[in-house]
Order: sequence, then structure tokens, then C-alpha cells
Amino acid sequence: MSASDTGHQEHPLSIYLWIWILLFVLSTFSYLVDYYQFQGALRWNLIIIFMMLKAGFIVSIFMHMTWERIALISAILVPPLCLLVLIILMSIEGKYTHSQRATFFGLDEAPVVEHHGKKEH
Amino acid sequence: MSQDSGQVADSGVVNDLITDWADDKEVFKVHWGKAMMWIFLLSDTFIFTSFLTGYMKVRTSSTIPWPNASEIFALSFGGDPIPLILIAIMTFVLITSSGTMALAVNYGYRRDRSKTAILLFITAAFGLVFVGMQAFEWTKLIVEEGIRPWGNPFGAPQFGACFFMITGFHGAHVSGGVIYLTYVAIGVLNGRYEKKGYDIVEICGLYWHFVDLVWVFIFAFFYLW
Repeated sequence: MSASDTGHQEHPLSIYLWIWILLFVLSTFSYLVDYYQFQGALRWNLIIIFMMLKAGFIVSIFMHMTWERIALISAILVPPLCLLVLIILMSIEGKYTHSQRATFFGLDEAPVVEHHGKKEH
Repeated sequence: MSQDSGQVADSGVVNDLITDWADDKEVFKVHWGKAMMWIFLLSDTFIFTSFLTGYMKVRTSSTIPWPNASEIFALSFGGDPIPLILIAIMTFVLITSSGTMALAVNYGYRRDRSKTAILLFITAAFGLVFVGMQAFEWTKLIVEEGIRPWGNPFGAPQFGACFFMITGFHGAHVSGGVIYLTYVAIGVLNGRYEKKGYDIVEICGLYWHFVDLVWVFIFAFFYLW
């Protein structure tokens, strides 16, 4: 019987230790992205790559997703995909709002602050 | 990724899925608490993603420049301020606690009660360190930098609202996790799970790893963006 049949997740300690070290290394890398002030597309790509790798290792190894049955994996990992729709829609909406604010309020104004009657500058 | 092949011969991944869902029986062949924890974490995923998406929307629509996280979260130890150093340390603390948690789950199934309990207490202690550092960070931001949910001296006023809501909600999760872990650790020590089995350690481990997982995204999107 494999681990996915009994529901018990017992694996060699070495796997955890390796992933642990890997997470440390990846976190250091993502910190260095900021420390050395990488900018533009390079920064974004590095941040996203390190983030996805870390998230992947945590979910698949630490949370044992790799060894679960497909029924559980799909029940947990498929629903969040609809969040992608929300993210895409809001990203479009955000750009639109920005363009409207730039058009009607100008780029240097601070209309949101004034709405609340608080002038910080 | 190797799925089990012992139960249904020559079954592929799709077959597994159909067999598990098709019959009038339980779908998830895991401890019920574990299935429930996963479903709770799924709902939590939606909450945190909604927060982060809201933050993205607010940040992309702001015409006022967003405050530079790298500078705001810099900390100096006598010399020049080091950018994001506190956040980096917090990240390492949380990852370390994730590691000790993974070991606790392992020793739990080996029924090594003292090691499991000690590792759980260490994990909870790292959680406390994390919350403590967050409290320090909040205090510094509120008292010294003058950041408020409705405005701040550095740029877009929405910065504070996003920051306090997202990190506050995450910090609440960590605090709750510390209590949960302590409760389980005491139970392990007292032999509360000798009959029920040590699935509980894996279940609270799932929660703890999730808290670490959320931090990975907060770190990338809030502090590094």
C-alpha cells in the first residue's frame, strides 16, 4: 500500500531537509533581487519564478500534495483557477481606472486624499 | 509524479479521478479532518487572493506613486539602512518553522511523542518570534513613519490600508496557528492522540505550511513589487 491509499504521509526525512535548504536558498535569491535593485521585466520575472518555485515546493512536498490521490489534488487545485479570471479582470479594470484618473484629475493631483478632507502636503 | 498503481490495475490519473468520485461512497480517502482542513485552506486561499487582488487593483489605479517598500521597510543596525532586512529575517523565521513542522509530522507518525511535541513547541516559538517582529514592524510604521490606513507621507494613501489589512490578516493566522500548535503539542505530550492516531499533527501541519505559503505571496507582491 502506498501513502496515498492509507492517507498516512510518512516520507524519508532527507526529502524535507533538502526542500528546507532549497526554500532557504530561494528566499535568499528573492531577497537579493531587491537588495541589488534589479528593475523592470527582469525583476518581475525573477520575483515570479522564485515565488512559484517556493509555493510549488511547499504545496507539493511539505503539504504532501505529490503523494495524494488525484481526487483530492483536483478538488483543491482546480477551484483556485477561477481566481485567475478575477485577477485578469481586476488588472484590466485597474488600468482603466488609472487612465480615467489621469485624464480627469491629472497625474500629479491627489484627489483621493482630498476626498477625505486630509491634505498631507 | 507517480500515482499508486496497487489498487486498480493499469489505472491512469483520469481513471483514479472517476473511480473516486463515481460511486456512492466517500470521495477522499484521507482522514476526514485532513479533507476538512484542505477545504478550509481552499476557502482561505480565496480570501487571501481577493485581498491581494484588491491591493493590485488599488495600486494599479493610483495616479500617485506607490511608496517604495524597499525604503520604508529598511532597518539600520547602527550603519546604513539595509533594505527589507526585517522582512527577510521574518521570511527565514517562517521557513524555519515550516521545516520543524514537517519534521514534527514525520515523528508524529513514528509515534515518537517527545520529539513530536518538542518540534511542535519549537514551531510555535518561531511563530511567536514572527508575530513579535511583525508587532515591531507595525509599531515602527505607525509611530515613527506616520503610516495610517487613510494616508502616509510617502505617496499613495491606499498603501496603509492594503498593508494593515493584508499583513494583519496574515498575522492573525500566525497567532491562531501558534495557539493551535500549542494545543496539539500539549495533547501529543499527554498522549491524547495515542488511540486516535497522529493525523492531527499532519492536519495542523497543513495549516502551518499554508500560513508560510501565503507569506511567500505577500513577500513577493507586497514587499518586492
